[in-house]
Formats: sequence, structure tokens, C-alpha cells
Amino acid sequence: MVEANLLGGLIGGALIGIAASLLLLMNGRIAGISGILGGIFGPIGGADRFWRVAFVVGLICGAAIYSFASGGFKIELQASNLTLIVAGLLVGFGTKLGSGCTSGHGVCGLARRSPRSLAATSTFIAFGVLTVFVARNVF
Amino acid sequence: MALPLSSFVIGIFFGLGLAVSEMINPARVIGFLDVAGRWDPTLMFVMGGALAITLPGYALILRRRQPLFNGEFFLPTKRDIDRQLILGAALFGIGWGLGGFCPGPALASLASGSPAVFLFVLAMIAGQWLASRYAG
Repeated sequence: MVEANLLGGLIGGALIGIAASLLLLMNGRIAGISGILGGIFGPIGGADRFWRVAFVVGLICGAAIYSFASGGFKIELQASNLTLIVAGLLVGFGTKLGSGCTSGHGVCGLARRSPRSLAATSTFIAFGVLTVFVARNVF
Repeated sequence: MALPLSSFVIGIFFGLGLAVSEMINPARVIGFLDVAGRWDPTLMFVMGGALAITLPGYALILRRRQPLFNGEFFLPTKRDIDRQLILGAALFGIGWGLGGFCPGPALASLASGSPAVFLFVLAMIAGQWLASRYAG
């Protein structure tokens, strides 16, 4: 178990907030990652697809830059490959059906004071907590 | 070229934020969701830090008639708290709790080259595709 990283959380969170604000200011888009990703594979035109791909490539580069600068990636996997596939299917299906994820609902939607985003954020955090509780304490 | 170029640079900021806050580490996310264990509040500080910028930022930006490089703002139009929203969020929450990955951190951690992350992202894209068929 790792110690809490509150300062890193605040600084990283502020960077995410700045990025989300800039995307709205410059491109008029909500920084919901599931929506940006879904659009890449959706039935849309090339120009709309291009900015989404550029964003995702930037996202990967940003994580790479920090991890190389700080001496490597710290990714401690919490599940087997099979569980990760099930988890991925649920995350993809759920974020598409529920119109958003942690960034779209949790950061951007709450900033717009959207009741839908508040309902969604409360729901996915509650079910995340429940899932971890069941996985850690029941099985 | 303004749209893809700005998107790329903004994506870098977002990815830096996810890495600095260690949200690309599923142990951090599971630690936050594990309220009955050794609870790790880091994720709450990430959302707080982000909202401290976006709450005032969005209000200011949306006073403009249009964004800098685009003709209009693309904002969600749905208003109802319906079954799809809650069911979708619940399924997402279960997947989030199982793997410790949500879409942003999963994509960002592709940079590590981890085959397990790659599997998760492929499954996530497949899940989105299934939902777009199911939801019509």
C-alpha cells in the first residue's frame, strides 16, 4: 500500500484542470476522455477525427515525458489480464452508455454544474467502492 | 492546423497531470475506492485541484460567444437523469473498481508499453463499440 500523495494530486489535478479549460477555450470541446476516444472510432468525418487522435497522442506523450523525467513508470497492476479485459469491456460499455467518465462527468460536468454529471459521478464512485469492497472482503 | 495542434499540446498537459498525480497507477485509484481498507485520498485531491481550475475557468470561458479556434462550443445537450445514465455509470464504476483504470489514465499508461494496459484499452474500445450498437 502506498502513502497518499496529496501535493502531487493537487498539482496534477490543477494541470488536468488547466488542460480541460484550454480545450474548451481554444477548441470549444469538453475534455471527456471516453468521449474523445469514442469519437475516433465513431461515424464521423476526418477533420473531427484528427484533433481527437492528436489529443490522445499528446496524452500518451505527456505521461511518457513525466515518467522518463522522474525515472520510470510506476504502474502497479491490480488485476490479472483476464480481469482487466472484463474491466475494460465494462469501462468502455459503461462510459458510452452513461455519456462520460471521470474526466467528462467528474471534472468537466461538475464544473458546468450539470445535475446529470453529479448523478453519474456519485454513481460510478459508489459502484467502484462497492466493487473494491466485494473484491477485497468477500472473495 | 490550429485544432489538432492545440489538441496535441493540451493532451500533453493532461497526460502530465495524470502522471504527476499518479492516476496512471491503478494502485492509487484502488486505494481511493478502498474505503474499508487503508483509504488513499489522493484521487479526491486530484479532482479538487482540477475543479479549482475548471469551476471558475468554465464560467469565464463560456461567457465568450465562441472558442478561439472553432465556430461554436460543443456542449452536452442531454438534461434527463435517465436509466441509461445511471446504468452506464454503474457498469463503468464496476469496471473501474475491478481494474483501477478509467479511460484517461488507461490511454496515458499506454506509454509504458505494458501489454496488460494494451489489452485493457482494446477491451475498452470494444466495449464502447458494443454500447453504440446496443444503445442504437
